[in-house]
Amino acid sequence: MRIHLFFSFFLPILCWFSPGWLPVWQRNFLVWRKLALPSLLGNLADPLIYMLGLGYGLGSLLPQVAGVSYMHYLVAGMAVASTMNAATFETLYSAFSRMHTQKTWDAILVTPLSLDHVLTGELFWAASKSFLSGFAILLVIMALGLAAPPFVLWVIPVIFLTGLAFSALGLIVCALAPSYDFFMYYFTLFITPMLLISGVFFPAEQLPRAVYSVASFLPLSHAILLARPLLLGEYPKDAALHVTALLGIAFVAFSIAVTLTRRRLLK
Amino acid sequence: MATLTPVLDIAGLRKSYGGRSVVSGVGFSVPAGVCFGILGPNGAGKTTILRCCLGLASPDEGKILLGGHPVPESACAARRRVGVVPQFDNLDPDFTAGENLLTYGRYFGLKKAEIQRRIPELLDFAGLTDKEKARVQTLSGGMKRRLTLARALINDPDILFLDEPTTGLDPQARHLIWDRLKQLVAHGKTLILTTHFMEEAERLCERLIVLDHGSVVAEGNPRGLIASHIEPDVIEVFGGNAARWAENHRGLCDRLEISGETVFFYCRDTAALRKALDGENGLHFLRRAANLEDVFIKLTGRELRD
Repeated sequence: MRIHLFFSFFLPILCWFSPGWLPVWQRNFLVWRKLALPSLLGNLADPLIYMLGLGYGLGSLLPQVAGVSYMHYLVAGMAVASTMNAATFETLYSAFSRMHTQKTWDAILVTPLSLDHVLTGELFWAASKSFLSGFAILLVIMALGLAAPPFVLWVIPVIFLTGLAFSALGLIVCALAPSYDFFMYYFTLFITPMLLISGVFFPAEQLPRAVYSVASFLPLSHAILLARPLLLGEYPKDAALHVTALLGIAFVAFSIAVTLTRRRLLK
Repeated sequence: MATLTPVLDIAGLRKSYGGRSVVSGVGFSVPAGVCFGILGPNGAGKTTILRCCLGLASPDEGKILLGGHPVPESACAARRRVGVVPQFDNLDPDFTAGENLLTYGRYFGLKKAEIQRRIPELLDFAGLTDKEKARVQTLSGGMKRRLTLARALINDPDILFLDEPTTGLDPQARHLIWDRLKQLVAHGKTLILTTHFMEEAERLCERLIVLDHGSVVAEGNPRGLIASHIEPDVIEVFGGNAARWAENHRGLCDRLEISGETVFFYCRDTAALRKALDGENGLHFLRRAANLEDVFIKLTGRELRD
């Protein structure tokens, strides 16, 4: 019985491998294509301004950080953090609009597709959109000559995995939210502190011991510990551990999101 | 004899939310090719029954067969042959009318070319011929409703669920929808319609059930229900001191109902009552045939339900 419950909890993951979610993804893609310009500005220009502003502005005041120039240090964190932001905004505000305000999901749920298909479509859509955001930052990093050539290719799957994990986490928040105001809690209590203690702007090791040990469990830390060495031309330490952690977060968070959304919509 | 198999068969359906019973033992079956009405005041359980039929809510008890498929177990397979017009429009506001249909067809696994072939005929049917490129936000309420109807037909369904399809529409728009629904029945589709417009039910439905507090309180065809539940003629009296006048003339009708300032006399023969009303100054009256609304009010009462 316990084993049965354990497997049925993860059963929605099977939906990732069925083609049913594709029309949901396509629907979001079609809307995005119509409104791409403002969306691209928000997802790309914003993190680029931060990266260049902090990297060159703050960087010119700093000696080396963790053995490299501040710009070299900063870029990995900016690539994964902008992926995180794009995935979070998409699954919080945009997915919530489709679920709650526009009732787009309700319209899909009376077709042969199930809620698992809808959520998988939303997951991969948010992962795709955030991948695009992170990948574009990566292209700028390469253009600025801040990436080590062969290794940088491995950053591409890391960005996708980061987007997948944060999209799945965002879908949990979407399932729980009574209104748009609720999202502020997630940003203020989770995203923003994580951004500061996961080693995006400064090495996490210099934080108080307790904070550092909490930080090392956070999804953004795993993403950064993979992306930073790769951009500096080294193999990441404990790569398998960090990949497994991000994948595990995606699996578990998505399964929780499905359970919660079923409870919300199919009652 | 495939036509005799009901397209929707419900038995012993029960559903409660938080200990409050919303549907308490409902059963009915819908034969193929008819328009079937589910009537009831707000909160009678109409929408819950529809949600159970579509597999969007799991019944606490009972059996549902939709198009031969057990629901909720095989709800996805059942929904392949079903179209739904929801109570509130949920069209994609960022899309044009054509894009709405294309996107919706994809949810049924239809190929793009196939959907695009169907789009002009569906828009024609919905009276939206030149609106393929129009954005949904620019359409009127009636046009949105018709586009929702066209969208529900994208998979050429056998069964169409319509949840209060004409609520909020002006008479012109409502008549156009009624006309289209009659055409669909003429083409052999089965319609399952919830409404609290009795006129709509009387015009469209061959069979109907009346729900109240989660149970079926009457079932039949509109004329049969009127004949069996209500006296054939109604005289409504209002103005002056109608209520007191009515108390003194109770014997002139078969049944009397007083609601606020208006008195309803239900009669088999109105001659005596009309004679008595003739010389009365200050009293206004209106004579009409009994209709489904009278049946509905008799069965479900006059109190507000919201």
